[in-house]
Amino acid sequence: MCEACPIIDWANELPTVRSFIARRVDSVMTENIVWFDRYDRDLHKPYVGGKNASLGEMMMAELPVPPGFAVTINAYEQLWENKSLVDDINELLRSIDHDDYAKNRAISAEIRQLIEAVPVSDQVAADIAEAYASLCRHCESDDIPVAVRSSATAEDLPDASFAGQQDTYLWIQTPESVVDHVRQCWSSIFTDRAIAYRHSMGYMHQSIAMSVGVQKMVDPIASGVAFTLNPTNGDRSQIAVDASWGLGEAVVSGEVTPDNFLIDKVLREVVKREISDKHVEYRLTDRGIVEKVPIEDERRNQSSVTDEDLIEIALLARKAEKHYGCPQDVEWAIDRHLPTGANVVMLQSRPETVWSQKATKSVSKGGGDQMSSIVSTLLSPMHTKKTN
Amino acid sequence: MAENRFPSPFEIEGPADVEGWEDLYPYSVSFGEARKEYENDRFWFHDSMHWGQALTPWDSTFFEMAIASLSQMNSRHYRIPPAEGIDFRVLYGYAYLSPVGVDPEKIEARVPQFMERAGHYFGNWDDLYTNWLVKVKDTIAEIEALDFSPLPEIEDLSIVTEGVAVGSGYQLLSQYNKFKDLILKTWNYHFEFLNLGYAAYLDFFGFCKEAFPSIPDLGIAKMVAGVEVDLFRPNEELKVLAQKAVDLGIARAFDDPANVSLDGEAGAQWQAAWDEAKDPWFNFTSGNGFYHFDKIWRDYPEIPYAFIKDYITKIEAGVDISRPIEAIRAERDRVVSEYRELLATDEDREAFDGKLGLARVVFPYVENHNFYIEHWTMSVVWRKIKELGATLATDGLMANDDDILFLRRDEVNEVLWDYYSNWAVNAPTAAAHHWGPKIIKRREIHAKLLEWEAPKALGEPPEVITEPFTIMLWGITSDSVENWLGAEDSDDGTLTGMAASPGAVEGIARLVFSPEDVGDIQDGEILVAPITAPSWAPMFPKIQACVTDIGGMMSHAAIVCREYAVPAVTGTGFGTKRIKTGDRLRVDGSAGTVTILD
Repeated sequence: MCEACPIIDWANELPTVRSFIARRVDSVMTENIVWFDRYDRDLHKPYVGGKNASLGEMMMAELPVPPGFAVTINAYEQLWENKSLVDDINELLRSIDHDDYAKNRAISAEIRQLIEAVPVSDQVAADIAEAYASLCRHCESDDIPVAVRSSATAEDLPDASFAGQQDTYLWIQTPESVVDHVRQCWSSIFTDRAIAYRHSMGYMHQSIAMSVGVQKMVDPIASGVAFTLNPTNGDRSQIAVDASWGLGEAVVSGEVTPDNFLIDKVLREVVKREISDKHVEYRLTDRGIVEKVPIEDERRNQSSVTDEDLIEIALLARKAEKHYGCPQDVEWAIDRHLPTGANVVMLQSRPETVWSQKATKSVSKGGGDQMSSIVSTLLSPMHTKKTN
Repeated sequence: MAENRFPSPFEIEGPADVEGWEDLYPYSVSFGEARKEYENDRFWFHDSMHWGQALTPWDSTFFEMAIASLSQMNSRHYRIPPAEGIDFRVLYGYAYLSPVGVDPEKIEARVPQFMERAGHYFGNWDDLYTNWLVKVKDTIAEIEALDFSPLPEIEDLSIVTEGVAVGSGYQLLSQYNKFKDLILKTWNYHFEFLNLGYAAYLDFFGFCKEAFPSIPDLGIAKMVAGVEVDLFRPNEELKVLAQKAVDLGIARAFDDPANVSLDGEAGAQWQAAWDEAKDPWFNFTSGNGFYHFDKIWRDYPEIPYAFIKDYITKIEAGVDISRPIEAIRAERDRVVSEYRELLATDEDREAFDGKLGLARVVFPYVENHNFYIEHWTMSVVWRKIKELGATLATDGLMANDDDILFLRRDEVNEVLWDYYSNWAVNAPTAAAHHWGPKIIKRREIHAKLLEWEAPKALGEPPEVITEPFTIMLWGITSDSVENWLGAEDSDDGTLTGMAASPGAVEGIARLVFSPEDVGDIQDGEILVAPITAPSWAPMFPKIQACVTDIGGMMSHAAIVCREYAVPAVTGTGFGTKRIKTGDRLRVDGSAGTVTILD
């Protein structure tokens, strides 16, 4: 047993996410659901977690984000009104031995089972069901497949995504299943890794709260990432795009070298293209399972995106960059079920970290006058420098 | 690069049977014993951009005057700190240049001189440019007014009654000298602003490259390029005339451009519109203005008629041929605001505004001087020298009207003396006997020189190319020199050059070496040429892409291609050598590559 290990302790009025929020925002928000397209940064941000807030922001920036909604932490925190659940979990947490990984994995699984077994409140279930139905109507489908993703929030922690655990469930299709997977996202707060991380950082378990995003599934013809600068030299007039067939998994797992492009974001031209041999792709089958399939010969060495797609991706990435006011790292996909010309969707946008952390480099050399500048240009014209 | 050098000018084996070719050009432009050591130590490049073909003796005038004028502005007028002039030679008829740097120890002392002198021009640019236009037009009028008609049988009575005494012979000699002086003056004017304009542009260019390391030259050019440009006017006038022909119902008269007859009231109206436009706008050469054989629209109307025919076809098909000025302007403003926004600091934005501002002040000159000098003035110059040639032939001093072009400009003075003095005595001239066989021989030699393939470069390449105008005007950089040196070894079917105008296309190549071949080009082909001239613009709607051997970021080909949104790669070095008419090419004007597919 670990005495130092944090437990969930409401009685001692330890700070919770909600109490932080209450101190920050004027009106406390009590809704269980926030639609991405109604997202209001000032009102909703702490209630929906980082991931959902970012989707809401993207909607505010008028980026083509697949429609969906957040199940707020209001729904999540109702879990802890169940005193026997809290007691049971604390019991288990106390039995953790931080050197015994196998045992802890088992404890983690047990805690998650406890959370997933507790029925959600009628109100939460009804709210989620209603929101899902509304999404179905919006998409003109009876059972629109959705992705269900955890979106941790930790108001005072800079690393909420590590402190919590990000889970994603694809191709969920009924209101009941959506509710089940929302609970699975909630329980993902207690994966063994998340528990261990909080332990090592000395964070309270209740300093993390879990919102969940429910978003129309994208079935990508191709997908990838884009950086709104040239990662080799930091040039902000260019956008680098990696792209591959199907879902992003093949690239993330390193099984496939993506096609790589540079796009001039001002002239809106593809300036460099490296098409690679892409032998597999991850696809969604119509049963909602992600499958790894070999790519037929004629598509392997074919560009996974068209120039029109690339220009559209670049324009959207640039729009995100303008909205956020700093270079972005975005995830995009080309949806099989949307019409050409409107089929590029944005899945995520976050600040680019490598170049952005370098000090912004001024090139005006401390405001020398024009003539001095011309003299120094003549003395060392750019083209004398050899390029590679 | 150092382990590799180009052949010495003294090792070059020229074409066969051209003994005495040096005699076609002034002694001062020959490689030779007098300066052998100096010449051997230098790097010389063939200026195929302006003088791609072997020069005739009289055509060499402009090569010499232009490069001397350019040099004088650098070295003596503005004291460009690191650059003296550009030395020039003729080897087997071909123009070679060698930039001369300033002794590093003396650069510092030139800086205040440059700042004062160039500063005056930058500070008073608009007034000086307005004045320049007046000076150039006055000079053109002076050249137009020169009278090279045959000497009269008897002087006008007024010469006697008014006690003038000096007669037509004196006038002719004097006017020919004045002609040469006016040409030199014109070339001084040509470079009055150009070097400074390029310096300001280069400063803006360097700033952009530093702020955005991967910014294409095109992106920079787009921010600076003018919207209302005199250089584009001739082509715009053709469109107006094409529309007028349609409106007047005489479009069919242009079906055969070589044989246009304009009848009736409508024909007369159209002719009046043509006459209105032709001076000055059709003083427009289909070459680059430097050769006597370049065809000038005004004098060879079948060339503009063919373009008018193409425009008529487009108008009749309902195509909008007008230049989308609003769209061009909007695009320019968009590009500027986007780059500006992407700069790191407000201080950078301030510097950007200042440099862009100056680049835009200087740019109308940079674009327009080409029309005023290379096209308009030179058109008048060529008409005049041909007029003089015809006069000499009429009076039996020369066998043919164009024999005069096979005399060096100062040899013409000797012939004119022969003409004048024997007109005065009323006795036979010696010119036909003295010059006749020489000119025949010179024609033979020149024909052989034309067949010769001049080496791209000679001598010892420098560690790095630093002369700013060599880089700007000729697009010759350390990289391109290295590329030339390595060119013989690599042949993977891909040529690289400057990404001059964006877009990627595949199509069939058509090699065009001179304006005469322009008519061969078919719809949808890719134009491959040593260099293109602005007056080829009307065929740009026809072609899919353009590839040139030589040309800097501001070469005419680059400007015109961008204007007409035709993908272009300039300065490939070997495009016309490697590519054959009929080859299938992929031209990527954004990446600056040309791939020979099959």
